[in-house]
Amino acid sequence: MSDTLTTPALELPHKHYLNATYGSGLRSWLLTTDHKRIALLYLCSVTVFFFIGGVLATMIRIHLLTPGGALVTPETYNKLFTMHGVAMIFFFLIPSIPAVFGNFLIPLMIGAKDLAFPKINLLSWYIYIIGGGFVLYSFSTGGLDTGWTFYTPLSSVYSNSAVTPAVIGIFINGFSSILTGLNFIVTIHTMRAPGMTWFRMPLFVWAHYATSLVMILGTPVIAITLLLAGLERMFHLGFFNPALGGDPILFQHLFWFYSHPAVYIMILPAMGVISEIIPTFARKPIFGYSFIAGSSIAIAVIGFLVWAHHMFVTGESTYAALTFSFLSYVVAIPSAVKVFNWTSTLYKGSISWDPPMIYALGFIGLFVIGGLTGLFLACLGLDIHIHDTYFVVAHFHYIMVGGAVMGYVGALHFWWPKITGRLYPRALSRFAAIILFIGFNLTFFPQFILGYLGMPRRYHTYPPEFQVLNVLSTAGASILALGYLLPMSYLTWSMRYGKVAGPNPWPATGLEWKTDSPPLTENFEVTPEVTWEPYDFKNRPDLGLATGAPLPAPAHGDD
Amino acid sequence: MHRTGELYGHFETLEQQKESATLGMWIFLVTEVLFFGGLFLTYTINRRAFSTAFGIGSNTLDITLGAGNTVVLIMSSLTMAMAVWSAQVGKKKLVSIFLIATLGLGTVFLGVKAIEYKQKYDHHLIPGHGFDMRYRSAHPTASDDLKELAREKQEVQTAIKSDPDINYHGQLYFSLYFGMTGLHALHMIVGAGLLLWLIKGSFVGRYTPQYNTPVEIVGLYWHFVDIVWIYLFPLLYLIDRHH
Repeated sequence: MSDTLTTPALELPHKHYLNATYGSGLRSWLLTTDHKRIALLYLCSVTVFFFIGGVLATMIRIHLLTPGGALVTPETYNKLFTMHGVAMIFFFLIPSIPAVFGNFLIPLMIGAKDLAFPKINLLSWYIYIIGGGFVLYSFSTGGLDTGWTFYTPLSSVYSNSAVTPAVIGIFINGFSSILTGLNFIVTIHTMRAPGMTWFRMPLFVWAHYATSLVMILGTPVIAITLLLAGLERMFHLGFFNPALGGDPILFQHLFWFYSHPAVYIMILPAMGVISEIIPTFARKPIFGYSFIAGSSIAIAVIGFLVWAHHMFVTGESTYAALTFSFLSYVVAIPSAVKVFNWTSTLYKGSISWDPPMIYALGFIGLFVIGGLTGLFLACLGLDIHIHDTYFVVAHFHYIMVGGAVMGYVGALHFWWPKITGRLYPRALSRFAAIILFIGFNLTFFPQFILGYLGMPRRYHTYPPEFQVLNVLSTAGASILALGYLLPMSYLTWSMRYGKVAGPNPWPATGLEWKTDSPPLTENFEVTPEVTWEPYDFKNRPDLGLATGAPLPAPAHGDD
Repeated sequence: MHRTGELYGHFETLEQQKESATLGMWIFLVTEVLFFGGLFLTYTINRRAFSTAFGIGSNTLDITLGAGNTVVLIMSSLTMAMAVWSAQVGKKKLVSIFLIATLGLGTVFLGVKAIEYKQKYDHHLIPGHGFDMRYRSAHPTASDDLKELAREKQEVQTAIKSDPDINYHGQLYFSLYFGMTGLHALHMIVGAGLLLWLIKGSFVGRYTPQYNTPVEIVGLYWHFVDIVWIYLFPLLYLIDRHH
């Protein structure tokens, strides 16, 4: 505990959103319209799907320990990687940061009492649960073996697995995403507190605005596409079936029109998280605020124009391929703008190595590797060689796990004191962050090499000379698993036994830190009036500091 | 969530609440554009690839029913707009009357659509195993114009020469016809439900010049569904009509 903080024995606020009584027990959670409680409902449900996806990933890695496959039959292997992808992408990564942290934080950050449509917010969680139910039904009654991409006519005609319920589940789940995005956009437009202008909003909110744009513009397209594929399977129609005159390439275009921008639904919110953590632990205003805000919007917009780079080998026209290759390079520019701005923020900052900061720095490193290897894949000639190999698998795991999941776990550590009002052990959590980083790299870096040497993705078997790298990858996965289980255990422990955090333990600058931890149901006693610029570490009357006075050191949960 | 009159507790003012609701509906309509957009794209690509089959399919539709339904739907948009206006100027009784008229016209539209679907069923034009573009001209009924049927038979026979898979490609047309008009009809049914809810509110005089957001945003939705039909009608009924 720092010396400058005046009250050594902090106490939880008397009344907050967790102990507020409206109705009793479970009912008060299942019928809540409080955005903070709905965020926690999402937190629990995405964790369940993360576990399911994680178990499937573990089975994949165990199977690949030997060249012939150690664990399951080839048919089952197809189901393992399909179900891993479906659970992780549609039911963990896409809702993870937006539906948990976006939900919890956006109203707090802009000084609102709730999202614009609290009932629709709850509805979107129920839609997620119903969609998830269909998908779990598919998993448990025959599984799913089409790949998460559901390419036709495999998915619509030939697959003998439970495709229909899975397609229905993902179709339904899409509306959860659409409603969340709609709610965020309207909230950011109409619910900002007095003085909270667009360019005073935290960058986390900007990132979510951009994410919401992708959610509302992309998700309806995957919905109609899966609806058509589902109808094709159920009623033997021919939209995408070449035997009946349909066009399978059309399915791929429509699918990737959503599913490439969906990558930005996963990574943009994580970038928003990093933009909050970096200035807090460098104790400096963020460098190039408006460029980071604008680059989020640029990524969302350009992200819609690159989808056909997934289809370079389908025989699309050379001119189309050239255009999509060029645009894919262009989308790297706003991403790089962010990385440069984060590193410039670090420059001459007074950096402290607190757990959220370690995750944020880990994010930057892994995202840079993931992003640059994306450029390899956007290069037409090189893509012919590495298309559909483990190089692609490694690339998108660097973005989705190294980027999005690092951001998610970083956000958990950064806002945990706000959500629960308590701190977690610092030494242990630093150790866990480093374990996660090491485990991740050990798992996925060998896959770059495997892919470059020619190991195709989605195969249940491989030539013996690839065994060493595969064993390394599996060994890394076990370390990675520890990196996830550790935070899960000490964070759970801290909910009851952690030190009380106080309103602003780091201290950070956003409005969410200017109310109690955990906050009131209405978020603020009185609607705040914003008179200061974002990320202003110099003027902190709320901390009882004179202008320019040094900030107290970050609080931590160790004794 | 507590509520004072029509104002929910998380809003500061009624204006803020109205602005949020209206913006929310506009954004929802944007998502709808993208949702229907996938279908329009599929239609466009297939129509270009199989224009003969799509032309013949288009000719089997009953243009009188289709055009009549278009008029009905445009009328319903007018009555919807009148309902919004009545609420804004505080004529509470007119709100109910115009909402009921809108609901009535919407129901007429759906009824006519059902008649058209039944015709397609009778003519074996539902995609699936019984589908046959030649069925109708080979099985005339008492009410059919025989000259018309002979011309249709001739047309299908000529088309088969250039497109031997015409029955497959015709199925694509009818899959899209049922998919697009079916999805449109589903939106009409949702709209009818919303209208029922509005009518219930209008009976107790809920909509006033100060508070009429529900009428206005359901109006936006209703007009959108109308506009979708304004595109569907020429694409499905009029393009390639040649007799």
